Amino acid sequence: MTATVNYDDVEVGTELPPANFPVQRVNLVRYAGASGDFNVIHWNQRVATSVGLPDVIAHGMLTMAEVGRVVTDWTGDPGSVLEYGVRFTKPVVVPDDGTGATIEVTAVVGAKLDDRRVRVDLTASSAGDRVLSMARAVVQLA
Amino acid sequence: MALDQSYIGRSYPPSEPYEVGREKIREFADAIGDPNPAYRDPHAAQALGYDDVIAPPTFAIVLSARVGAQVVFDPELGLDYSRVVHGEQRFVHSRPVRAGDRLVGVLTVDNIRAAAGNDILSTRVEIGTEAGEPVATAYSTLVARGPDGDSSPGKES
Repeated sequence: MTATVNYDDVEVGTELPPANFPVQRVNLVRYAGASGDFNVIHWNQRVATSVGLPDVIAHGMLTMAEVGRVVTDWTGDPGSVLEYGVRFTKPVVVPDDGTGATIEVTAVVGAKLDDRRVRVDLTASSAGDRVLSMARAVVQLA
Repeated sequence: MALDQSYIGRSYPPSEPYEVGREKIREFADAIGDPNPAYRDPHAAQALGYDDVIAPPTFAIVLSARVGAQVVFDPELGLDYSRVVHGEQRFVHSRPVRAGDRLVGVLTVDNIRAAAGNDILSTRVEIGTEAGEPVATAYSTLVARGPDGDSSPGKES
């Protein structure tokens, strides 16, 4: 494991570079194929609205993956992520309007732990709603 | 519709081995839009100290969802998958998944409950190599939204 961020260089409150991730229907189709999650609410508007959703929604796991990238891009080593957990509080609604949705991510060091590990606290929003809560990663730094 | 509570605590036999391929990792990384070379180039992964390309931290869902399907799609449980949204997900890694791994998963039903008109299923899949080396544990909570259920599943938990 070879994180490029040194534990001694970060403090509680250190901000990670934020990022925005666009999501369109094609991304959901692609993620469905790669992950094997073909739940119809991620590609079929008729079924999505019939079960009470506003429209087709993104896979929670796609959102989680995008959000986690803020951490792996920061450390330089994806294997530095020892724990990663989220709660999905609101769906990322992906309309078929040529624009889709955007997931906006911020991250900050929430705690310094033992063994040169830190806890990173993440936020993710789409269309003004917080789509995750308790989004946290435990990361091994150098 | 209430889920069958008798599933709580149930454990399933280890799954058939899943062999992690380089191209599957690349396909997954492409699907999440992540260009990280550690997911594609063995030399880049070796520079980080790994024997072969590694998978993104959430890749374990590919295996854990397959293994979890044993209960999720068990008609006796009574889960309506078209009403299912993801409530919570957590991964604890002993090490990253890497190409060439032959992984097995052991599924346990941690909890089944009802809240705010929704049915909530919590499972755990312990993932390790065929040889018994622990790799990761995936904790998943799925929410089947009831007809009058709250559409924001994570809110009440």
